Amino acid sequence: MDPNSAKLIGAGLAAIGTGAAAIGVGNLFGQFLQGALRNPSAADGQFGRLIFGFAVTEALGIFALLIAFLLLFT
Amino acid sequence: MPDPIHQFEVKRLVPLDIFGVDATFTNSALFMVLSVVTIVGLLMYATRGRALVPSRLQSIAESLYEFIANMVRDSMGEQGMKFFPLIFTFFLFILTMNMLGMIPGAFTVTSQLAVTAALAILVFITVLVVGFAKNGLGFLKLFVPDGVPIYVLPLVSIIEVISFVSRPLSHSVRLFANMLAGHITLKVFGGFVVMLLSAAGAYKALAPLPLLMATALTALEFLVAFLQAYVFTMLTCMYLNDALHPGH
Repeated sequence: MDPNSAKLIGAGLAAIGTGAAAIGVGNLFGQFLQGALRNPSAADGQFGRLIFGFAVTEALGIFALLIAFLLLFT
Repeated sequence: MPDPIHQFEVKRLVPLDIFGVDATFTNSALFMVLSVVTIVGLLMYATRGRALVPSRLQSIAESLYEFIANMVRDSMGEQGMKFFPLIFTFFLFILTMNMLGMIPGAFTVTSQLAVTAALAILVFITVLVVGFAKNGLGFLKLFVPDGVPIYVLPLVSIIEVISFVSRPLSHSVRLFANMLAGHITLKVFGGFVVMLLSAAGAYKALAPLPLLMATALTALEFLVAFLQAYVFTMLTCMYLNDALHPGH
């Protein structure tokens, strides 16, 4: 296979990882809303943890995106 | 299309050679110096009055202090406050470098793996030194969790050791990858605008779409710039907490 086309296919495959991170982030906010609607008075105190979980989860998607970019541009 | 990697190139500004060690002053070093000057200048100017009723600038400095002090107290307890200077420095240094990088044309220091790895290894060594100095060999209890059945204990210990050793890797790559990927994405969407504008006929009308996207992504990048500084310091607090209280 032409190495250049293999690179492009690899970048496309790596981008699937961002979709997996999307599931994680969606799960995170969905579960937070579920908990927050059950006990709204406790929700504000957990906002920091929500953002922390978001950043840690989103970073994994960013790793996949980074691999895709590295394959595309280097 | 312009090369989106080009913005991360380290340029040599003042070549400098100290006894065979390459200590060239690069644009990376320039932006680190700029961020230190910004932090020190802002904090010293803000707290020069030491008023009982703070001015607007002074209350910014005070709320920054309170924000990090609360984070340290929540995660490590009162005895963690001796690490407050280290953690406050980490937070402000990373935050300022991220924010300076958001200025168009500026260099993002935190998009260099060498910089973030140095910060993460500093945290790792601090945890090791503090852990062993404070608990002696009791620090190894970190790898032997309570209440685990004896027959799976070797496996759990190996996993704990691997997760401990891989901490500096994930700690540094998280910050580096977020800043790098964010800035590349902005550049790629900027490139789409240029490509559509130079395209034929009706495609020109589509050019505002990637511009809108780039604007929204810039807002997201400001959020990420703050969040990643927050996450880096938060993880530092959690790791140092392990060093102070290894039995978990």
